[in-house]
Amino acid sequence: MDETSLVQIKGIREGLLVSLGDAAWPVLQEALLLYIEQQALFFKGARLALEVGNQILKVADLSALRDVLSERGIILWAVISDSPTTESASQLLGLATRLHKARPSQEAVQPVKGLDDEAALWVHKTLRSGVRVEYAGHVVIVGDVNPGAEVIAGGSVLVWGRLRGVVHAGAEGNQSAVVCALDLSPTQLRIAGKIAVSPRREGKPQPEMIKLKDGRLQAESWHPG
Amino acid sequence: MTAKIVTISSGKGGVGKTTTVANLAVALASEGKKVVCIDGDIGLRNLDVVMGLENRIVYDIVDIVEGRCKTRQAMIRDKRLPDLFLIPAAQTRDKNAVSPSDMIRLCDELRAEVDWVLIDSPAGIERGFRNAIAPADRVLIVTNPEMSAVRDADRVIGLLEAEEKAAPSLILNRLNPSLVRRGDMLSVEDVYDLLRIEVIGIVPEDENVIMASNKGMPLTLEGKSRAGQAFRNIARRLAGEQVPFLELEAQNLWERLARLGRK
Repeated sequence: MDETSLVQIKGIREGLLVSLGDAAWPVLQEALLLYIEQQALFFKGARLALEVGNQILKVADLSALRDVLSERGIILWAVISDSPTTESASQLLGLATRLHKARPSQEAVQPVKGLDDEAALWVHKTLRSGVRVEYAGHVVIVGDVNPGAEVIAGGSVLVWGRLRGVVHAGAEGNQSAVVCALDLSPTQLRIAGKIAVSPRREGKPQPEMIKLKDGRLQAESWHPG
Repeated sequence: MTAKIVTISSGKGGVGKTTTVANLAVALASEGKKVVCIDGDIGLRNLDVVMGLENRIVYDIVDIVEGRCKTRQAMIRDKRLPDLFLIPAAQTRDKNAVSPSDMIRLCDELRAEVDWVLIDSPAGIERGFRNAIAPADRVLIVTNPEMSAVRDADRVIGLLEAEEKAAPSLILNRLNPSLVRRGDMLSVEDVYDLLRIEVIGIVPEDENVIMASNKGMPLTLEGKSRAGQAFRNIARRLAGEQVPFLELEAQNLWERLARLGRK
């Protein structure tokens, strides 16, 4: 097979968008590097977004690729993928997973196709500063959300731990989305188009749930079950 | 010998990475270990100044990487401790002159020659930082008891987790026990509560540190200061010893003074 046909390139506002075809990862990576080598001058200093389709990539794969590219003077800033594994790996590395940042004020409802209403992303770790988790369904986090981390969900967000970063539930306009956490003191909390900043809290934290009620964000004690 | 490669990083600048590297290196070398420090801050080097070796630089790390000298030629021997060496950064180049794989190659070469390699990472999370952590067996994160430094440390820890490096350890630098006591400074517990990584050292604020680094004489060289003692303890913990924390001693002393005052 002609290896270069695995690599499609087009210019976008944010830099270059490279779409990889369907093949094993080592083959694709080699094809990409070959392509870059042949046109080294064109790629020098480029900002690259990579479209990898269904390819399942681990953090180590992506970080290796990022280093190889950076040695050639190319900055990898985004990896767009249909695989949740790849998507969360890129997010862990601080790479973007969409070309355009979703505007928080967008009220337009964008129905998510092919996604079950109850689909949830399970994150079993603490999200540290600089990590952004984005998912079209619900997000469940077993761990803390530290200041400087962001969680953006189409559905609800449940944090089994301390929520101190930024959280946006119902990001695509779903007003029935809720946010709950064992200790709820986010830097900023949004549900659909409403924004709240949590007041300074005294005393022992308790599990709470925030809902959108009569156009306002309201807190209530969280009793699951 | 198989050296341990230890990288000292922080995210935020000015929290005391370079001071930490110089003092840990001196502490380890005083125990008779062979130590090499690498200044990873290409373009903004200053480990040479803190160690007082500035005027001896002939070759630097970029010369090694680009093949203009042998590794040994760029290793500057310390003027006080014969087992302590510095590989300086280049001042006139930038971070892209060295790649993560260059760093791994260099450290693999040093591994057979020395006991410890300490790498001083530049501030930030870009190329220089990735160069510094690429070869690391162990990473120490230096932070100060203030929110901005802790936030950056959190980010760096997250990046290390993502790279699937071994869990880093924390050095809390410039802690002022009396400010903590008054509630005007984050305490060790506050910082640990957010970062949740092993604390390997707590260094009290000490004006001797600045005086020592201006003189190019890391303060672990002398016997007296508390910060110097704290760094010596960290070096011993790095080597696997169990050493109790200084902070408790400080509180006991403080409490003793307070009790004296009340009498």
